[in-house]
Amino acid sequence: MSWLPIFLAAGLLTFATRLSFIALLGHEGFPPLLKRALRFVPPAVLSAIICMEVVVRDGAPALGAGNVRLLAAALAALVAWRTRSVLLTVSIGMAALWTIQSLL
Amino acid sequence: MSTFPGRRGELLAGCKDELPLLLGVVPFGMIYGVLALDSGLGPLASQAMSSVIFAGSAQFVVTQLVRESAPALVVVATVFVVNLRHALYSASVAPYVSHLPLRWKLSLAYLLTDEAYAVAGSRYARDAGVAAPSPYRHWYFLGAGFTLWASWQLSTAAGVFLGAQVPRSWSLDFSLALTFIAIVFPTLRDLATAAAALGAGVVAVLAFGLPYKLGLIVAAAAGILAGLAVERWRA
Repeated sequence: MSWLPIFLAAGLLTFATRLSFIALLGHEGFPPLLKRALRFVPPAVLSAIICMEVVVRDGAPALGAGNVRLLAAALAALVAWRTRSVLLTVSIGMAALWTIQSLL
Repeated sequence: MSTFPGRRGELLAGCKDELPLLLGVVPFGMIYGVLALDSGLGPLASQAMSSVIFAGSAQFVVTQLVRESAPALVVVATVFVVNLRHALYSASVAPYVSHLPLRWKLSLAYLLTDEAYAVAGSRYARDAGVAAPSPYRHWYFLGAGFTLWASWQLSTAAGVFLGAQVPRSWSLDFSLALTFIAIVFPTLRDLATAAAALGAGVVAVLAFGLPYKLGLIVAAAAGILAGLAVERWRA
């Protein structure tokens, strides 16, 4: 089975999604409620992805200290909040994960 | 009269500001390449997905669906749902690109990923208090987007090339979550934004069992409502 046509369809839909408001919006402003709601989109969506990747392990939520990724992510969050540095956050987060994994 | 950096200056500034994000993106691109081959896709299809879909988290899910031989419609619908958040990025940048010619709108839309939005979006936010912002800001957006695009293609190729030589125990897929943590946490400066992130995070965990990553959309909606509610309550 060839996946290429399927990826092409998925890619076109993704492109259409990214283009949607850029193509539709003229010069007029947004309704105020939509404008206020938009501010919360990135924190909401990205936080949801983070939690799915970090908290849900092997198909079930894992909130205990046994979840190595949760510990490393908590440290990375602290680094991100204090330093605002992507470089430090990712490198300290990965280093923390590898360190804790090697200790277990 | 203030002087702006020209087109070239804006383009290079956009490239430069995107660089720190590559530390998370490049390992994730490599691990995607490895997983794509692992799922049974050929090298060509694996690489093609990176340019036609060009969305890390969606491509990651697709490799899982390919492994399960999911029907075509399920694959397309899942990618659509996982990438729906890009409509909101599109709405966020739309006012700043509305004056541009169509070829610019098409190019910037194609490049509108999480990481490009993180850089370009915060540029527009920084400019909010500026009376006369640079007329060449779209070059900054292009620089950030292109840098991300090029490194995504190259890191995918590296993953496809290296294949099984990248050990699972390196946990390189964790770099996606770390990149998003680096983007989100510095923006949590007020209660309403924190409520949006917290609400979405909690619902994402509670809704993890929903099929096709639908929990992601439900969680995002819950987070936005939480943010709006706290904002109204504080006002």
